[in-house]
Amino acid sequence: MKYDLIVVGGGPAGLAAAKAAREAGLTRILILERDKELGGILNQCIHNGFGLHRFQEELTGPEYAGRYLAMLEGTGVETRLDTMVLEVTPDRRVCCINPRDGYREYEAASVVLAMGCRERTRGAIALPGSRCAGVFTAGAAQRFLNMEGYMVGRRVVILGSGDIGLIMARRMTLEGAQVLACVEVMPHPGGLTRNIVQCLEDFNIPLYLSHTITDIRGSGRVEQVTVAQVDENRTPVPGTERVFDCDTVLLSVGLIPENELTRQAGAQMDPRTGGAQVWENMETSIPGVFACGNVVHVHDLVDFVSAESERAGRAAAAFVQGSAGQAGPVLELQAGQGVRYTVPQKLRLSQVEKNAEVFFRVTRMFGPARVQVRSGEQVLARFARDRMAPGEMERIAVPRVLLDKADAEQALVVEVQEETP
Amino acid sequence: MRELTCIVCPKGCRLKVDEAHDWAVTGNSCPRGAEYGKAECVAPTRVVTSTVRIEGGTHRRIPVKTSGPIPKKDVFAAMALLDAVCLQAPVEAHVPVVRDILGTGVDFITTRAMKRED
Amino acid sequence: MYDCIIIGCGITGAAAAYRLARYRGRFAVLEKSNDVANATTKANSAIIHAGYDPAPGTQMARLNVEGNRQAAEICQKLNVPFRRTGSLVLAFSEEECRTLDELYRRGVENGVPDLALLSGAGARAVEPGLSDQVKAALYAPTAAVVNPWEYALAMAETAVKNGVELYLEHPVTAIRPVEGGYALTTPRGEFCARTVINAAGVHADQVESLIAPPGYRIHPVRGEYWLLDKSEGSRVRHVVFQCPNRQGKGVLVAPTVHGNLIVGPNAQPVEDREDVGCSAQGLAFVREKARKSVPGVRFGENIRNFAGLRATADTDDFLIGENPAAPGFFHLAGIKSPGLTAAPAIGLEAVRLLQEKGLALEEKADFDDTREHVVFRELSAEEKNRWIRRDPRYGRVICRCETVTEGEIVAAVHGVIPATTVNAVKRRCNAGMGRCQGGFCGPRVQAILARELGVDPTEVLMDGPGTQVLTGETKTGGGHNEV
Repeated sequence: MKYDLIVVGGGPAGLAAAKAAREAGLTRILILERDKELGGILNQCIHNGFGLHRFQEELTGPEYAGRYLAMLEGTGVETRLDTMVLEVTPDRRVCCINPRDGYREYEAASVVLAMGCRERTRGAIALPGSRCAGVFTAGAAQRFLNMEGYMVGRRVVILGSGDIGLIMARRMTLEGAQVLACVEVMPHPGGLTRNIVQCLEDFNIPLYLSHTITDIRGSGRVEQVTVAQVDENRTPVPGTERVFDCDTVLLSVGLIPENELTRQAGAQMDPRTGGAQVWENMETSIPGVFACGNVVHVHDLVDFVSAESERAGRAAAAFVQGSAGQAGPVLELQAGQGVRYTVPQKLRLSQVEKNAEVFFRVTRMFGPARVQVRSGEQVLARFARDRMAPGEMERIAVPRVLLDKADAEQALVVEVQEETP
Repeated sequence: MRELTCIVCPKGCRLKVDEAHDWAVTGNSCPRGAEYGKAECVAPTRVVTSTVRIEGGTHRRIPVKTSGPIPKKDVFAAMALLDAVCLQAPVEAHVPVVRDILGTGVDFITTRAMKRED
Repeated sequence: MYDCIIIGCGITGAAAAYRLARYRGRFAVLEKSNDVANATTKANSAIIHAGYDPAPGTQMARLNVEGNRQAAEICQKLNVPFRRTGSLVLAFSEEECRTLDELYRRGVENGVPDLALLSGAGARAVEPGLSDQVKAALYAPTAAVVNPWEYALAMAETAVKNGVELYLEHPVTAIRPVEGGYALTTPRGEFCARTVINAAGVHADQVESLIAPPGYRIHPVRGEYWLLDKSEGSRVRHVVFQCPNRQGKGVLVAPTVHGNLIVGPNAQPVEDREDVGCSAQGLAFVREKARKSVPGVRFGENIRNFAGLRATADTDDFLIGENPAAPGFFHLAGIKSPGLTAAPAIGLEAVRLLQEKGLALEEKADFDDTREHVVFRELSAEEKNRWIRRDPRYGRVICRCETVTEGEIVAAVHGVIPATTVNAVKRRCNAGMGRCQGGFCGPRVQAILARELGVDPTEVLMDGPGTQVLTGETKTGGGHNEV
């Protein structure tokens, strides 16, 4: 059996891609999901705040997933749950296993990679101290708490101020734990400002910016952590240590796109995003293999994951239907001053409809500034921003008419210019 | 003059609320921000999300939320009400599990459906 | 009464048990931890050394070279991951070049085969990632890497399968002489044996002093490590050492049998014999040392840090023999590096000591010297399907980083030496060993353990006593905060 499209991963990205591909006319679509239900990480994100862009209302994670499940219902899109993809080949064969069908290989006219991301761990940040129990990534703790119904601790210190950590500070507090501190090594918070307010400030949980955990002690569970201030090189400053008696450390220290299958398939990667390099339509360097959502770059908002993934789904449909545009001028995007990365990394002008949507992250906090898109010396477009933060992904839509003026020999630079007061 | 960060959407506008002039809000970029700024000073409210126990379902807990905002001061008391609840799968989404939380007229409702798993 | 009781089931105790298991008799192993291989054996460099380091004429030199030969054979028979990578010792100065000459001479005298001295360029030709500061290298093709805890587990399992009794969570707290042997007290009962082998690792002197002055003292030396993701696993092909110094063999960079890169250790004397925490300074030291050998190591790919204690005694050689004040009480002590390599040879020494003591050891005809161990992800598609048909749980991947299935985890929980903790599962089938370090599979492994052991999930341990992962249930009343 050959599928028009196989979607690897049934989280928000995979669901949106499948839905868009179905609407664009593909009929034989298969979603492969490793968990026993669709929805991915949204199932454990029981807090609200999802969907303001996509549905113009504030939904919880499960509700947001539910919207997409409802849209897929009755469309004939197939799903295999409890199914792990072991390999995706460059000629779009997908090898997977599950308890019912065993090991299977499927052929697909197109593939969408939507495996999401994983959390950075204690090892990834080389956090010293004892190897006691009670050190969790925030997402693992979230699953225990919200889906399995278990408390992971009673007195908690959170390292990192990413959104999951902040959300977990509130969840743990609501469930009766004491969250003693949220510790962030950077001078600015990692998560959204609204989460600092409603998850920390609401509960008087202190946020220690420019601090880190320098030691974890405990023979069985965690018993004590030492927190110290860091200097501008993120090196702990001796004499600033303070000790917290706690039984739990939650880590919210970043997410990494989960790209083992992508790498194995041979797609070109972008070391800055940790994801595949993609074209304007989310196609990877392997023709007919698309990627979308957190597997490409880590998003803050699921709404943008959905938008990006619907674009990937539509593009997969166009690829299968042979309606993808002809090759034309190619523009390479370059992350200029103040910009850490861009997605996409390349544009095929012929494929850009009205606008080219470009996501990026800034390298540091900015006050009033302009984001400019430049081709050589020629500034094609400018976008004003009141403030930008590394923790908040930025999006610009560059009109096609302006891109047409770009010099294909030159990189298309996206950069930040600070406004001089 | 009170300064707040708006939590209505991810944008996080810095609001200024003027208590002396009927809580006039500046710094907002949408009407919901103005509403939030005033409410936050006069009578702050929050939507609460949590879980309740469920038996026979795919998972051992099912997520719930308040069907609307409740007074911020009532959040912990509202949470305590959930301890008494235990549902039996299957359950539909948006089913009330606690009605009229503490006389607020707001319910706790499920935020997903959960099948029965045998 | 047992013919012999072994105290401790690290690599040394496991090897002694494995060697004894081929003889008729009643043998037991008492282990204080809730799993075998749960101290120094699980936290070391995982190297099977060639044998050029120990001074010629020492027990260490002989047992190293013999152990190296025996390891390959045992690992093949018992299905233990073992890879003969060869090793390089690097010299960065003229003085270190002279050290290499000395190591070469020692190696030849110790009987290490095929040693070769390479120029700096020659070393870089076989190991391109080496620093251009390398002036010369000693190449030892017989060095290898192994999975140390599986090596110990495999020998212990084989011993158990052949009738050796293993008692976990049985710390020996008192020893007294009785008629014809010794009585060993544990919190779970008394055990009597005609002979005792003390293989208690960093606690060997403490255990021995329960019966007689040990005549030696263990001074544990902590070593800290980095374990890097498989993305760095091919950074080097050989075990890359620096010149040994007074404190040990120095910081090495080596591939692991799992495909990761291991970097370490330093050498920090510690008082606390359970102190296996890492320090920021120690890790930084190791990182800088390693960069001297292999500048390109990307430490950003780190997935785990750990530390282990070397059971260093106040002598240079291994301490293998009988306590003069306690006839029939033997020690295999001070087994620091190359203890992992020497273990099977030390096991044979233990047998010899018992025989010399007059224990009549008669070989069994039916000794089963095999071990089956299914690693699902290494199976062909056809074999995968066969296993899934036999047990559908082999079709459910629990650990996605390492592709470990529920079937393998369940098999580990019900194995010859059952896994009862999250880390014991990890040691048997790699679940949680990968780059997410159990972030995804942790809760799932926990649920499987609870189900298979018939306990509440809140009782499941990560590792030793007191390492409960969960502290209770939500929504059960109480424990609410006030506004």
